[in-house]
Amino acid sequence: MSEHYQLRVNGENRPVNDAWLGESLLYVLRERLGLAGTKNACEQGECGSCSVLIDGVLVCSCLVLAASAIDREISTVESLAPDGDLSDVQQAFVEAGAVQCGFCTPGLIMTVHDLLDQNPSPTDLEVREAISGNLCRCTGYVRIFDAVQQVAANREEDN
Amino acid sequence: MNVKVARTLSEACEMLAENPEAEVLAGGTDFMVEVNYRHRSPKAVVAINGVRELAGWRVEDGKAGAGDTARYGTLWIGANLTYTEMANPDFARLLPALTQAARTVGSPQIRNAGTIGGNLGTASPAGDTLPALAALDAKVSLCSAEGSREMALSDFITGPKQTALQQGEIIEGVRVPLAAMPVRAAAEGKNEGNGSAIGRGEFLKVGTRNAMVISVAGLALIARHDIQRVCVGLGSVAAVPVRPTEAEEWISPRLDWQQRSPLDPSDVETFGDMVAQAASPIDDHRSTAVYRSHAIGVMAKRALVRTFGSN
Repeated sequence: MSEHYQLRVNGENRPVNDAWLGESLLYVLRERLGLAGTKNACEQGECGSCSVLIDGVLVCSCLVLAASAIDREISTVESLAPDGDLSDVQQAFVEAGAVQCGFCTPGLIMTVHDLLDQNPSPTDLEVREAISGNLCRCTGYVRIFDAVQQVAANREEDN
Repeated sequence: MNVKVARTLSEACEMLAENPEAEVLAGGTDFMVEVNYRHRSPKAVVAINGVRELAGWRVEDGKAGAGDTARYGTLWIGANLTYTEMANPDFARLLPALTQAARTVGSPQIRNAGTIGGNLGTASPAGDTLPALAALDAKVSLCSAEGSREMALSDFITGPKQTALQQGEIIEGVRVPLAAMPVRAAAEGKNEGNGSAIGRGEFLKVGTRNAMVISVAGLALIARHDIQRVCVGLGSVAAVPVRPTEAEEWISPRLDWQQRSPLDPSDVETFGDMVAQAASPIDDHRSTAVYRSHAIGVMAKRALVRTFGSN
């Protein structure tokens, strides 16, 4: 049985047609709406590569039933650089060498934006806790920590 | 399959009454894993995470206010309260053991989505909020189009991942006694001196790492100043949450509730042994029964010392 419903993604109303209603938000974003920035790895909330914001709250999109997210404001990694200009967190990841294979990067970028929006100058422990749900098997995290602290320092300088 | 998104509790109850085969979707952190892996194929879903009556928490009857004696009341916790919300400092002050438990769940993303109602509904032996709720003899509120009822947690959880929830019923929330220490003692402590009651207790959990881990063994210990009893709940060491009542009854009268004399180390040892004896763990892919019994005894001693060992 298929149905039609509408999601609000990155400020736009996006119709979802002929979808099975058991699909996760992750699947709908990638396969129905062409937003492939959000990555699919574990489908059980372990890896964080599918992290998105729903009404401003960071969640794993694989654990959201898409059809239950109607009337919610969904923000994906694509919202950060709509014109191709990288966000400060994205730029810092590039400069710090925090990107290797890059698969975990979109989820980490969403998580780090969320962290720094709530806590502009996190301690190392707070950074570790914040990204504890984002698995990276390449970098060993050290350069990710560097990138986070670089953004925090840059933002403080700009204020 | 059909998906209904409820906005109010009565709407949710009506939707469930009209779709008897519908399953209730809360935070989705357990439910969607099973759907994604095709272990669950719901024919209909009623999503309740937007139901406003299920949000938040509040202190009921005799609020924890100013004065020389604690006014014991109850704490109402709405089913949709997320683990992140349980870490709110105002909530943590009243029920620190539950906050500690919530903090150990999954990752920030999971804590932002998962709810206490979902933890109750899933009723996993490893559910992290369950030891604290068991220790406090929590009452679970259920409602349906037919009406509402309240039952003890020990009656609600009937087995591993099994509950007394009936078709058409929704978990509305849970009610626990506010067992805070008397205000005078609280003011003398180092936490806060503003005259508010402060809950005392600990949650401890053993797992293979410090984040994203399912409990191998978990323990909540709460000092109930209202009845001068140490109440303990054990997780992951039996099919359902366990209360080591013999250990509680043995240690409680031996404690100095005014906290003017130190704990007797031999009492602490005996207490740990008694708590461990109350567990009936199994060997499984996460751990062994022997290790779980040992760990639960160590955690019992540690939690007692942290709660009563120093003022």
